[in-house]
Amino acid sequence: MMAEYKLTVPLDTDVVSKLKAGDRVTLTGDVYTARDAAHKRLVDLLGEGKELPMPLQGQVIYYVGPSPTPPGKAIGSAGPTTSYRMDPYTPALIEKGLKGMIGKGERSEPVVDAMKEHGAVYFAATGGAAALISKRITKAEIIAYEDLGSEAIRKLTVEDFPVIVAQDSQGGNIYKEGQKKYAR
Amino acid sequence: MREISSAKITEEVARLCMESNFELGEDVWRALEEGLKKEESPVGREILSQILENADIAKSERMPICQDTGLAVVFVELGQDVHITGGDLEAAIDGGVKKGYTEGYLRKSSLGDPLERVNTGDNTPAVIHIRIVPGDRLRLCVVPKGGGAENMSRIAMLKPADGVEGVKQFVVDSVRTASANPCPPIVVGVGIGGTFELCAFNAKKALLREIGSTHPDPFYAGLEKELLVKVNDTGIGPQGLGGRITALAVHIEVAACHIASLPVAVNLNCHAARHKEVIL
Repeated sequence: MMAEYKLTVPLDTDVVSKLKAGDRVTLTGDVYTARDAAHKRLVDLLGEGKELPMPLQGQVIYYVGPSPTPPGKAIGSAGPTTSYRMDPYTPALIEKGLKGMIGKGERSEPVVDAMKEHGAVYFAATGGAAALISKRITKAEIIAYEDLGSEAIRKLTVEDFPVIVAQDSQGGNIYKEGQKKYAR
Repeated sequence: MREISSAKITEEVARLCMESNFELGEDVWRALEEGLKKEESPVGREILSQILENADIAKSERMPICQDTGLAVVFVELGQDVHITGGDLEAAIDGGVKKGYTEGYLRKSSLGDPLERVNTGDNTPAVIHIRIVPGDRLRLCVVPKGGGAENMSRIAMLKPADGVEGVKQFVVDSVRTASANPCPPIVVGVGIGGTFELCAFNAKKALLREIGSTHPDPFYAGLEKELLVKVNDTGIGPQGLGGRITALAVHIEVAACHIASLPVAVNLNCHAARHKEVIL
């Protein structure tokens, strides 16, 4: 049975371990944005043993490159991008304490292994519901890599941001389970 | 010779860039509403409701439907009796893309070089396809094409012996492999025949046909219908979370081909199947 949770970020391992694929979650607190280009820089920094521009312990990364902010709004349209492109970088971030990721589409085996080993969860937001999702973001601030434009790292303050647990820390996977159920 | 000014073209392209990103086409809207009625999966219905609510917000607040406002693909049909004044056609289109993406607060996703990967800052250059046709009109169709669905597109040079069954298998396999990534429910554009590049071009062109329309050739109309059933039977569903509505439509474009060839291309579009056109 799917459960519903209202969670605040940062997340701890106990909370993460309760979450099961298919659960509905709303997130409140600060999350960080990063896409391909920012991930590459973060993982390069880790490789050089240098400090990252944001904390990772207990944090959530949202895979999004928002459209420009029009006057009078907190942010432009801001739906998730496809997550598999971040897979080459993700295990290194999970090892350093990252607890949650928000994106769309299935994650690969090495990411799932890291999620199981360190206790992390992968959430799906609705791809292409970007104007709707932007209503749950109350503040956006660029904290690093401004030169990357929409791919810069932003700190987003979110309120009751709706997501679905897509892949959990025990290997549960709504993509596999859901698709099997409706295939003919 | 009818004259159309390049300034007019720039103005129209800018408007089409914005409108296509803010307003979902009525055919897509209808198909999503029908999908919501048919979807058996509760999570699938939740997703479809969100997509429809999102389209409402985008339209009323003039916000992009999706943050990925795409590369601007522009299909041009230029009447051979039209004379463009005041500058060249491609520069006029790029000028419109720059203006539309800047004034509309649309995301700039274009990198000047695929390996250097530095953003051009104004979403140019557009991807422009020009065809010279009879007459004295100019048709401009702007198609903002997002990266997520484009990345899941494929082409195969099948053997003639593979026949229609090979084509069906390739289309369904492409959708299955793409799974959640192209943001289902998708529109599936299929090119069959032609050369390598014409086949891919036709797969993209197929995405522009109105959803709900049927192929003029009864054989291909039947094949589209059959493929839509097969694609929906994958169970991928809205956002790949499982459900019966994986695709809103399958559209096929065919072209003559070589005796040795059977090319097939699949170009996927996310549910934000955006395109707007004008005839000047």
